Amino acid sequence: MSDKDTTYQVPIGPIHPALKEPFMINFRLDGETIVDAEAHPGMNHRGIEFMGMHRNPLKVIPLSERICGICSIVHQHMFTTAVEHAAGIEPTNRARYIRTIMAELERIHSHVLWAGVAAHEIGFDTHLHFTWKVREKVMDLLEYIAGNRVNYSMWTIGGVRRDITEKMYPKVNETLDYYESLYKKLEEIFLGDPSIRLRTKDIGILTEEEALRLCGVGPTVRASGVKKDVRIDQPYAAYGDLDLDYVIPSRYGYENTGDVFSKTLVRLKELVQSIDLIRQCVDQMPEGDIDSEPKKAVLLNKLKKADGEGIGRIEAPRGEAFHYARLKEGQEELDCWKIRASTYNNLTTYAPMFMGEQIADIPIIAACIDPCIGCMDRAEIVEINSGERYSYTHEELHVLSVEKTKKILEGSL
Amino acid sequence: MPTSTIYTLIKQLLTKKATNPFPVKYTPNNMHAAASLIESGDLTINPPVELPPDFRGKLSYDVDACIGCQLCLKVCPAEALVFKSEERKVKHYVSRCTFCAQCANICPKDCFEMTEEFLIAGLDKYSDDMILNP
Repeated sequence: MSDKDTTYQVPIGPIHPALKEPFMINFRLDGETIVDAEAHPGMNHRGIEFMGMHRNPLKVIPLSERICGICSIVHQHMFTTAVEHAAGIEPTNRARYIRTIMAELERIHSHVLWAGVAAHEIGFDTHLHFTWKVREKVMDLLEYIAGNRVNYSMWTIGGVRRDITEKMYPKVNETLDYYESLYKKLEEIFLGDPSIRLRTKDIGILTEEEALRLCGVGPTVRASGVKKDVRIDQPYAAYGDLDLDYVIPSRYGYENTGDVFSKTLVRLKELVQSIDLIRQCVDQMPEGDIDSEPKKAVLLNKLKKADGEGIGRIEAPRGEAFHYARLKEGQEELDCWKIRASTYNNLTTYAPMFMGEQIADIPIIAACIDPCIGCMDRAEIVEINSGERYSYTHEELHVLSVEKTKKILEGSL
Repeated sequence: MPTSTIYTLIKQLLTKKATNPFPVKYTPNNMHAAASLIESGDLTINPPVELPPDFRGKLSYDVDACIGCQLCLKVCPAEALVFKSEERKVKHYVSRCTFCAQCANICPKDCFEMTEEFLIAGLDKYSDDMILNP
């Protein structure tokens, strides 16, 4: 008996109460302990990139918002930055500040939402209802500024479509004050509560070496002490003018352990950072136009004449993400559009985090990277003739790649 | 702490609820019956929350001002606008609209405007009030 393999396999997903989105993880268990975890994405492919390649860039902006229900600002920000980069259009100075304010407001909303999801996963539904109730305050502010609660339609190529006027500042300040006063309570709940501490401390550990090796992004790796933040490393929008620093646990007197507790800590501290950044933006807001090309017909012509490729790199609430766009001269539609969302990188960090943990810890570890499958699932191969759908494994792709090299060397390609 | 719990509970009973019950305070089992009650005036609608400034609701279309330049068709992401070539005007399907207001921005004659109307659900998406300039 002893030389036999006593482990067994448990697939979780694509539809499972522990996961909010269609996604599959195969676990190998020895008793209650996880000895191996393998992620299987590819259940939520919608063909958005393909749709985008049949539309002109102005039509793609509302489409890009709908990639994700939470980061709709992030995706339009990345897409417009990529197209601006490709076409050589500069957003106005005031637009950069408005973009920063909106992006930070979304970070507040995303992190508060995540805190609720995390509390729900470990069985504190009262905290879920509490955090989602307080989240409404920032949603109200976003609605007040953008006119809509979720899909803001605020971005355009070369600037933004709505201004944040001085008339709006009292409401912005009121919301920021509200979150500042609320932060103490959130800290008390998520960092001070002994039962939450028991469920999050030393669970799902990601060491600094593993975080660097697996190229994780965002709060997931900052909790391990990795100093990685696009807002500082390669400033975009107005971040270059603002005063900000990497949010890592050791800055606040905690250890950079990389467990679920430090991930919670990083997200809560980023809430405070976002409030501070919005205050800085409001103080330094420059005067001027919000859109470098208000005549959209002229802009469409300019984009049709443009030729080139560009990328938009953004620090989304979940970590770094980017869009790649290519424009061809004389062609209205995008020539190419590629999206890489932060969850795609963070999925690889699942393997070391799950190792050695128990089945009951699966939901909270799965939630701790703040996965967004809707953002991530981008590639699937469909045979047009037979309608068959599949995706390639790394080995298969490697074999294909080797074969292609051979063919090129033989001169048959 | 039982005392602080009791205090919180009493406070919650007295504070205004975060959600606004809409259209009526207690949702009836039968919405159709409630709709007929509202029509006859036996039931009053609880007012919706205040709209944000420049809210993007149902589109309004000024047919006479339209010159048929088709610029709005170039920016409509949902293809909710269809060009009528013999009339040289556009037709707008409300059910397809994503309320992004890009057509209102690009129109050189300002024939489009976003109204504050948002109660636009209907049973038939091809009925006359769901298509502008049918």
